[in-house]
Amino acid sequence: MVTQQQDHQRGVPLIQGRRGTHGRTQPPPSARRPNRGPEATMLAFAVRRLLVSIPVFIVSTFLVFLLVTWGADPLAQLKAKNPPPSQAVINALANQLYINHSLPARYGHWFSQLFFHGNWGPSVQSGTDIGQLLSTSLVLTARLVILAMLLAVVLAIVSGVISATRQYSKTDYTITLIGFLFLSLPVFWFAILLKQLVVNMNNSLNWYWISTYGANTPGLTGWSAFSDALGHLILPTIVLAMSSYASWSRFQRSSMLDVLGSDYMRLARAKGLSRMRVMVRHGLRTALIPLTTQVALDTAAVLGGAVLTENVFGWQGMGTMLVNGINAGDFNTILAWLTVSAIIVILFNLIADLLYGVLDPRIRNA
Amino acid sequence: MHDLPAEDLQTSGLPPSPGPVEREFTVQARTQFQLILRRFLQHKLAVISLFVLIAVVLLAFVGGALWHYKYTDITPDNSVPPSAEHPFGTDNLGYDEFARVLRGTQRSLEIAFTVAILATVLGTVWGAIAGYYRGFADSVMMRIVDLVLTIPILAAGALLSHHFQTAGWWALALVIAGLSWPGVSRIVRGQTLSLREKEYVEAARALGAKDSRIIFRHILPNIMGQIVVVVTILVAAAILIESSLSYLGFGVQAPDTSLGTLIAAAQTSLQGGQWWLFYFPGIFIILICLTVNFIGDGLRDAFDPSQQRVRA
Repeated sequence: MVTQQQDHQRGVPLIQGRRGTHGRTQPPPSARRPNRGPEATMLAFAVRRLLVSIPVFIVSTFLVFLLVTWGADPLAQLKAKNPPPSQAVINALANQLYINHSLPARYGHWFSQLFFHGNWGPSVQSGTDIGQLLSTSLVLTARLVILAMLLAVVLAIVSGVISATRQYSKTDYTITLIGFLFLSLPVFWFAILLKQLVVNMNNSLNWYWISTYGANTPGLTGWSAFSDALGHLILPTIVLAMSSYASWSRFQRSSMLDVLGSDYMRLARAKGLSRMRVMVRHGLRTALIPLTTQVALDTAAVLGGAVLTENVFGWQGMGTMLVNGINAGDFNTILAWLTVSAIIVILFNLIADLLYGVLDPRIRNA
Repeated sequence: MHDLPAEDLQTSGLPPSPGPVEREFTVQARTQFQLILRRFLQHKLAVISLFVLIAVVLLAFVGGALWHYKYTDITPDNSVPPSAEHPFGTDNLGYDEFARVLRGTQRSLEIAFTVAILATVLGTVWGAIAGYYRGFADSVMMRIVDLVLTIPILAAGALLSHHFQTAGWWALALVIAGLSWPGVSRIVRGQTLSLREKEYVEAARALGAKDSRIIFRHILPNIMGQIVVVVTILVAAAILIESSLSYLGFGVQAPDTSLGTLIAAAQTSLQGGQWWLFYFPGIFIILICLTVNFIGDGLRDAFDPSQQRVRA
């Protein structure tokens, strides 16, 4: 009987108490804050989220550091050499890489080198400067990823809206089936298939503008360089775009269906607005909000797809950098890759959170 | 007119109405489970997919054991196209591709199901606890989720791959599961946050139910729909990740094989004309993922029929 009473007493007041403390990270819809106008609230929200992100990033680098120390052995390649190098040579490399220290000391060294001196550390792959490699790879991969995401978003919105407005029609079923097919398609398998198709096509047409290997042909300038880069971009962009298109079009279809079923859409029609105007101004605008945040959250997954796409099409981007780094046990290169990827994930999570507030007044003013 | 017993009309006290309207009141009550099952069975594609998936699973686990070649057998036929003797042909070394695809499917399915079970259990419990207790515990637990999400599965799997070679496929499954549960926990937390405010939870608490009882008996059964759908997504995602890792050379290693490993080995065989080595493992991946996705879609419709009709 006593426990029952305690439970009962504990239940109600504590909920009220918890509601107050919770607002630090993510305001629940029920939180009541003083009305300071949407801009001030938004800014405070943004600053708070940013402040939470910084410790998450720092702990994440430590976690990644642990993972890399567990997974990569930078001395493996040297030790495997035949004839085996002398102990002095091994020690010299270990010293240079700072790996004969304790784990916290190594992390502190790496962290201070990176954030106070802008130095990614030495690489065990000969002739590699990690900072330089990172910037060239990042530019190359960013070009591919941004283009692919744009293509995927446009395709997803168009087909999602068509699918939703004609639910259960033949068009809807076809689009749905295509979406499910690409959702189930391994990126690399599709890439190899497409590559082979284009190789055959190129050979039979004797026209080699659409390239199947590399990011560009070296030694070109001006218009021909641009055209050449475009020809190299087409296939990887299509492959990468289709893998994200699949889930985004499903997402857009379902959020559009949610909106189409809502009362304000009926009201807008009832007050005499044209069907087109209702669809675009009232329907699509609202239905785009969930997709926007989803796209921001999926950026990291697109990077993962880029690793595979680059591998098939022989691009020297971030994907190749990671695969080569892991094969060589190149500690600092892998760390650099994972750090950049963590920054991207945290940044886009932040953007997704903020976009949600900016785009949806119901959340902004909650 | 109708053959309802006269005393029924008298006891119900309703005025006798013309026509067969009374039939409405004689409809048999259905349980929640029956309702969901009926809705699932209406989704034809999902039902067909379920049968296809069961067939693939049986083929991989039972058929593989019965087939007259093992995946390690080297047959005298090198690089022959599909025939009655070798339905999926053979590769350059004379391995029977059918036996290898079945073995690969078995590995891929084992990994996918292990990942789905581990990630679902961990993610569900984590999300439910965070959502139920809110406040400080929630903040800490969700920051941990944020943290895990900053580690890309593909990179981590590749990085730790040389540990799998000694430990076996389950280490790979463990890594994938260890990095995919945060997605589940976010969904479960969101649902728990709203369910914990419901009256029946309040009633349970008033009756003196312990927190664990409220979470496991009152909240989680009501999120079952979302959880089941998440399981299907996890299975499909795990198969794709495993095959991607194996394709890059970081996943399942020879002499063992998986669908991704088979495709990686057949990368150049499309150019060499050995199309069967490339298509069959790929088709099996697509078949598994496609059926799992359709089943997930059917389950979503069955658990949440709110998206079935457009009113505008």
